[in-house]
Amino acid sequence: MSEIQIQDIIKKENFVYGKTKILTDNVMHYCPGCSHGVTHKLVAEVIEELDIQEKTIGVSPVGCSVLAYNYIDIDWQQAAHGRAPALATATKRLMPDHYVFTYQGDGDLASIGAAEILHACNRGENITVIFVNNAIYGMTGGQMAPTTLIGMPTATSPYGRQAALHGYPLKITELIAQLPGVAYVTRQSVHTPAAVRKAKKAIKKGFENQARKIGTSFIEIVSTCSSGWKISPVESNRWMEEHMFKFYPLGDLKDAEKDNEEDYRKFIE
Amino acid sequence: MAKVRGAIEVDKEKCKGCGVCVTACPTHVIQLAKQVNGKGYNYAHMENPEACIGCANCALVCPDSVIAVYKVKV
Repeated sequence: MSEIQIQDIIKKENFVYGKTKILTDNVMHYCPGCSHGVTHKLVAEVIEELDIQEKTIGVSPVGCSVLAYNYIDIDWQQAAHGRAPALATATKRLMPDHYVFTYQGDGDLASIGAAEILHACNRGENITVIFVNNAIYGMTGGQMAPTTLIGMPTATSPYGRQAALHGYPLKITELIAQLPGVAYVTRQSVHTPAAVRKAKKAIKKGFENQARKIGTSFIEIVSTCSSGWKISPVESNRWMEEHMFKFYPLGDLKDAEKDNEEDYRKFIE
Repeated sequence: MAKVRGAIEVDKEKCKGCGVCVTACPTHVIQLAKQVNGKGYNYAHMENPEACIGCANCALVCPDSVIAVYKVKV
């Protein structure tokens, strides 16, 4: 059998998978191995697949992903800390034919923005929320967040989080799943190829739900912060599997379409 | 049985050498290079190119989208 050379394989017609055109050519400022990069990529790929680049408006938060507008080539707004759902509500109500999503971290969504997200979801705004949960304030230097696990050391809790002193970690996704206004609540991760594929399906469903006008779609991405956790990216993924998934189990928490068909029909009528 | 050969192309200057692709590769094709790029990162490259099956797992988990995957049936 004749041996094929690598330069014969690397040709346009053999191309299988690579960077989508919705992502700009800017080098991401994220640390090596950051889950934000994969999540950005998935959002961009979903926008490309649904062909909604001209109709999508993102709301970027305060945190590491504040510069998301440099990387995904769509229209963006930038909200005050935690207020992305409020801005997205206004945008969606003024432009109901556009696809509006917020992209928020746990320090933004679960802490200072807890009121905004709960009320936006309770009103059943037709927006998609992408919630990146790495259990730490990554951008400001690894301080303790509401989602930090018990016993997890951070810059402001060097001996680990203690329930008696700091309270318990907040399962905001479970809280949101209780609200009648939300149509779809899921928790995914992006640490393995299989998880990435599942997360992409979830994000796609979140965007498709906007066209069907059935309420808020909330997608949590359990992610890593290797700089904040002070371990290597590969070890962070392992640490996340061992510790984070115990407290934040992956899977769908609510799918109005499947779980409660009657209510769902009433809602769309 | 048709054999599948794949290859990857890494944008060396954009690679941050996180090594997530190394663990995602099912056939152990990718390693971090001993050389560094302009930023000082040990970029990912094909250490064992014959084993690549073009599954695109590396590109899927790549946070910086620097990997392009090619596949051909031989």
